[in-house]
Amino acid sequence: METKPDLNIDRSVGDFHYDVDYEFDAGTGLTEKTIDYISDVKEDPDWIREFRKDALRKFNSMPMPTHWASHDLENIVFDNIRYYLSQGTQPKRSWDDVPEDVKRTFERLGIPEQERKFLAGVEAQFDSEAAYSNIKAAVGEQGVIFVGSTEGLQKHPEIFKKWFGKVIPTGDNKFSALNSAVFSGGSFIYIPPGVKVKHPLQAYFRINAENFGQFERTLIIADEGSEVMYMEGCTAPKFETSTLHSAVVELVALKGAKIQYITVQNWSANVFNLVTKRGLAHEEAEIKWIDCNIGSRLTMKYPGVIMKGRKARGEVISIALAGDGQHQDTGAKMVHAADETTSNIVSKSISIGKGRSTYRGLVQIGRHLKGCKNNTECDALLINTDSRTDTYPAITVRGKENACQHEASVSKISAEQIFYMQQRGISEAAAMSLAVNGFVNDLVQQFPMEYSVELKRLIDLEMEGSVG
Amino acid sequence: MITLMEKPAAAPSAWPAWFQAEQSAALAEYEKLPVPVRKVESWRFANLKALDLSVFVDANPVASEGRLINASTGLKDTAAKLILGNNALLHRETGSLPKGVILETLESAAANHTELFKKYFMAQPVELGSRKYAALHKARVAGGAFLYVPANTNVELPIELFQWVEGANASVFPHTLIVCGENSRVTVVDYFKSADHLPALACGVNDLHLARGAKLTYISVQDWSRETTAFHLNSTIVDREATATALIANFGGAFIRGESLSRLVGEGSRSEMYSINPVEGTREIDQRTLQDHVAPNATSDLLYLNALDDKSRTIFAGLIKVQPGAAGTDAYQKVKNLILSDDADPNSMPGLEILNDEVRCSHGATNGPVSADELFYMEARGIPADKARRLIVNGFFNSLVERLENTPLRQHLENLLAARLAIG
Repeated sequence: METKPDLNIDRSVGDFHYDVDYEFDAGTGLTEKTIDYISDVKEDPDWIREFRKDALRKFNSMPMPTHWASHDLENIVFDNIRYYLSQGTQPKRSWDDVPEDVKRTFERLGIPEQERKFLAGVEAQFDSEAAYSNIKAAVGEQGVIFVGSTEGLQKHPEIFKKWFGKVIPTGDNKFSALNSAVFSGGSFIYIPPGVKVKHPLQAYFRINAENFGQFERTLIIADEGSEVMYMEGCTAPKFETSTLHSAVVELVALKGAKIQYITVQNWSANVFNLVTKRGLAHEEAEIKWIDCNIGSRLTMKYPGVIMKGRKARGEVISIALAGDGQHQDTGAKMVHAADETTSNIVSKSISIGKGRSTYRGLVQIGRHLKGCKNNTECDALLINTDSRTDTYPAITVRGKENACQHEASVSKISAEQIFYMQQRGISEAAAMSLAVNGFVNDLVQQFPMEYSVELKRLIDLEMEGSVG
Repeated sequence: MITLMEKPAAAPSAWPAWFQAEQSAALAEYEKLPVPVRKVESWRFANLKALDLSVFVDANPVASEGRLINASTGLKDTAAKLILGNNALLHRETGSLPKGVILETLESAAANHTELFKKYFMAQPVELGSRKYAALHKARVAGGAFLYVPANTNVELPIELFQWVEGANASVFPHTLIVCGENSRVTVVDYFKSADHLPALACGVNDLHLARGAKLTYISVQDWSRETTAFHLNSTIVDREATATALIANFGGAFIRGESLSRLVGEGSRSEMYSINPVEGTREIDQRTLQDHVAPNATSDLLYLNALDDKSRTIFAGLIKVQPGAAGTDAYQKVKNLILSDDADPNSMPGLEILNDEVRCSHGATNGPVSADELFYMEARGIPADKARRLIVNGFFNSLVERLENTPLRQHLENLLAARLAIG
């Protein structure tokens, strides 16, 4: 590449770690004792302690889903993982109170700066617990709650208990069961009726310790007619051994509410990123997942929307970039359970070098429903000869007044395009980058501006060295 | 009564001894292999109740031989005809076949053309889920059709095969093995028919082998009774510059499990995989396909059309696999479901696995109702709604039948389709 792009956030920026003295450490391995340790430290109510133990039993009894998923999952050694690490369970409200070493981490990632610029609230999670959580006064006065999951559970039990674990049951899959057993951190957000939060709420997730598993749990409830946009970013240093990130994110959009959930996942290439994300959309509500996966060793993530109320809408916009040694196994699930519900899935993936990207989708329209529509488009771009892409959709659309279409295509960058650009003095590498950016451009446009700029730069970086 | 798990007591086998030994081994394999479960991806969405085969028994020799031979009518002009009933040969006409073409039962092929038989008979591994039922087939296969077309031989008129089942709970194991030599040409129409409306089991295998430059058109007209459980396991191997066109029409059966694998092993080869499936009542058609691109610059084109009425079910699970060496692949895969009832249950899983970047590849799946505009147009011209609907379904399927190049064959299929949809 001719010019080195000026980067705010890139792989190398995230690739550092500090030796931290943890106040709480559950040790390695997962038993009932680990659960008790976490529950004791977090002062969990009894029902949560029981919920965790039940989840542990489910986790232990469920097999690895390798009858359809990558056998790379077998390389996760659950006994070597540290399930809980923190320097204290209460997040700091003022940036000055955050411990110096943690502050350095997040300042390197540019978090307070981002907040000053345009965010309505920020939460930053360092290993197991939120290190910093703040919300702008004006947003707080509207009754918006934006806290860590522990605080949400303690201070707003009536809302928390009503929805927690209701969108994604514990036994949904092996990794949602694992998360339910050892969850810590993540956000709890409640938007009161009619409140439209103007600026995005943002969370940063950071894994600092080696062999650590991060299991955050996020629950967002948008009450009737409210609107919210939530953005999350994630980084981790490159350790020799693998790291596990297994989150559960549940969204509830009540009548007429709108939730947009944006993820830019840039974990380092040793992270197993196995995440369950699902939203429940009531009447006329809209849930949109914008999901961008650039990092990790293996990502398995299929954001879903259950359209429970009439005229509800679900949307998944997904971009995946799989470099050498990476497998981005991503997709979407759309479950139509009411009349006139509509959903849209647009997925674009790019495989570079020996990278592998997989789209896995599920579309279900129940019988006796009317006027439901789904549209799915999956496009894959292959950069090198040994790049790989797979598409595995499953579509069950019943009812003669419903319609659905699925289309997928696979292509490579056209030699003519590259030739055309080279004729005009653009180097081959820069031309490839331009072509890739063009391929995802219509999706990137849907991101908030700061994110789309960051994304374009990440793509440029990934493309470096892929030609020739 | 003899159940499938037991060896028929005194029935003399026409197979050579070495093959009988293989059959015993296959039966042991059938017994050893587990009954599929839905957790296995190749049986996802499948109706496993249909896999209880305990009621089926060995078929007796057909009772109404003359009637079945008379009812074995198809095209006006044919090059040859083979009629089989309950796993045995009933009739053979090979008068107009060019020199060197072999058309006989598998049993005689095993005896008279042992080398050819050994080279091609079930030479492909069963990869799409039904290993157990392929083992059952091998253990019990009898009769069957073996067609060999030597190099540079053009069989101008189509060859017709009729494979009948007769009797309550009778089980048949139809087998069609077609070997096309270099630059040969042949068209085969394979009819699967029931002599009655009774329940039966058909567990069949079709293997098509195309050597360099060969051209084969294979039409399967599956018209089992509406009470029949059937497995049809097809494999097609296409070598350099050869072209295989296979059209499977599923008109009958209560439960049909179809597996079609097409392997493009030679550069510039081409495989067309088509299927038309009108389903109604509680009938169920479960089809799994694989377009396996091994060689470079090959083309495959799959189009499956389903029209679902009442409480019928379809499953389409297709995969295009482009192997690392298959640069220049053109591969297409499309399933279209026309939904005629709220209770119909179509499931589509069109998949891709691409391991080479020099490809043009696309797949699609659509689900939708009969267009209200088209219905209105016909009703406005005095066509009753029910007939208008059948005409639209007919047009939907004809869009595929039209792709056949041979005019008498195309017209014949159009007539069969119109009869099936009761359009007169």
